[in-house]
Amino acid sequence: MTALNPTSQPSAGRRFLGRKPKSRLDPTRNNTVAGLLAWTAAFIFAIPVLWMVLTSFHSEVDAATNPPSIAAELTLDSYRDFFSGASGLNPWPPLINSATASITSTVLVLLLAIPAAYALSIRPVKKWTDVMFFFLSTKMLPVVAALLPLFLIARNLGALDNIWFLVLLYTSMNLPIAVWMMRSFLAEVPVEMLEAAQIDGAGLLLTLRKVVAPVAMPGIAATALICFIFSWNELLLARVLTGVVAGTAPVFLTSFVSSQGLFLAKVCTAAVIISLPVLLAGFAAQDKLVQGLSLGAVK
Amino acid sequence: MTSATVAPQHKSHRPSPPVRNAAARERRTAWARRAPLLPALIFLIVVTQLPFVATLVISFMDWNSLRPNDTGFAGFGNYVQVLTDPVLRQSIFTTILLTATVVFVSLALGLGLALLLDKKFIGRGIVRTMLIAPFLVVPVAAALIWKHALLNPSYGLVNGALTWIWSLFGSDNAPQPEILTQSPLLAVEASLIWQWTPFMMLILLAGLQSRPSDAVEAAEMDGASPWQVFRYLTLPHLRQYLELGGLLGTIYIVQNFDAVFTLTSGGLGTANLPYSVYQTFYIANEYGLASATGVITVIGSLIVATFALRTVFTLFKKEESR
Repeated sequence: MTALNPTSQPSAGRRFLGRKPKSRLDPTRNNTVAGLLAWTAAFIFAIPVLWMVLTSFHSEVDAATNPPSIAAELTLDSYRDFFSGASGLNPWPPLINSATASITSTVLVLLLAIPAAYALSIRPVKKWTDVMFFFLSTKMLPVVAALLPLFLIARNLGALDNIWFLVLLYTSMNLPIAVWMMRSFLAEVPVEMLEAAQIDGAGLLLTLRKVVAPVAMPGIAATALICFIFSWNELLLARVLTGVVAGTAPVFLTSFVSSQGLFLAKVCTAAVIISLPVLLAGFAAQDKLVQGLSLGAVK
Repeated sequence: MTSATVAPQHKSHRPSPPVRNAAARERRTAWARRAPLLPALIFLIVVTQLPFVATLVISFMDWNSLRPNDTGFAGFGNYVQVLTDPVLRQSIFTTILLTATVVFVSLALGLGLALLLDKKFIGRGIVRTMLIAPFLVVPVAAALIWKHALLNPSYGLVNGALTWIWSLFGSDNAPQPEILTQSPLLAVEASLIWQWTPFMMLILLAGLQSRPSDAVEAAEMDGASPWQVFRYLTLPHLRQYLELGGLLGTIYIVQNFDAVFTLTSGGLGTANLPYSVYQTFYIANEYGLASATGVITVIGSLIVATFALRTVFTLFKKEESR
């Protein structure tokens, strides 16, 4: 019980008791068994990812052996092929489309969500919880329920295969999550600080800049990263609403769905490159990831 | 909205009865408070709610885009067809089975991993990062890796590993199952469990770390066994987090399209409702039928969502009162 006995001067009475209960919460105690189990589990879960990365650096011949050639020579061939579009698939348009859709929609989401979150936390409207739950309930509506009308609207507006239509849809897809996350971050701004700023005669913009922004900035960054991930990953809407011009990276990946001879290294390379932005964004937002995924319900 | 809120300000130059003035000011502040909220609210209603209303209308229509002249009102015909057509009815069962299996197994695995990660050991940060990785692979990419790199019967890692293990014992006829064709639903489930376990783990770990440690310490002082601590302290505390993970997982997995589309293209009885909607509308051009299937998906989701919203609400109130 070191934690409860910081002076570390065991009283005489306790010494005579002879039995010192070991707490599992004792921060100084290492759990060897738990550690071993956790490391094993981590390796099992990471194997598909590690195998994907390793195979992307193998030649096509080494990638398709049974048993697997783990120690085969490493090569950058499939990366060179990927970027030069050797297999007739130019990866740049889909990558640029995905970047456009994800980044623009994330910016739009923040522009809409930050004021909304302000009106739900710092200067809340009446019945603000009802508004919050309306936002959340739209997220519960499956995308397939709106798929056909969206397709028909896009076709009638001539917006099929247009990346900006997708930007609008991704904005609406991420807006509820962003509002919930942003509200929980803005609610962390101490009321006393806001009152102090008001007493000192600071205007709205100055208060936002000097009081709200410093507290909310990490939250805004995490929200942006999570919205970016969701937009980058999206397939169903992109598959139905885009084609050759505005196809995104996940749509590009669907060209690998059916097997085509020796192509495993190519598949793995494409998967690695297209997953890389998400992996980087996810690890950067790691600490706030759970808050975003649980819509701000869990901190 | 700004112009509407500023306008009454200029009119009230003349001295007016103080009561009216106060009421006007109150209205003005109320609108000033609402103004930042409105763009987001209006945008969301237009983009998400209106298309759904359109789906509802189309679901009562007889509409195949290949036969535009036969378009008309169908009443509940499409719904009857969804519920009687063996393929579409099958997709309802597949959705339930797929969602239940994935949510239940990934919740159980996630709980185990969260309990391990709640302990202190060497390299805990690295283990956490490794465990999150599956969730951060683009879903289509993950499904492609499972399909080609892991489960391909001739060069996939699973069969490759079997060959290797058997050869260690001097045998050269290792079993080479064709999981993708023999048990396709299992393949879809496995890939989704792999991706969603980290999600469950993160939520449950957050729950474990919000657990008050003094109660556990007191119980241990009183000689409670680790199992008793888990059963009577940890589990009741985690209940809400288990519910939250389960319900949010259900909402996301009911909607899953990527894994089904990539791994099996909906073949061999793996088509779930989203895939069926896609198939009926995009390939078969049956707009009315696709909309009815979509509406049925929504009804199912709404049932789950009601419970989900209630759980989120309870947790939300708890966080607020902290």
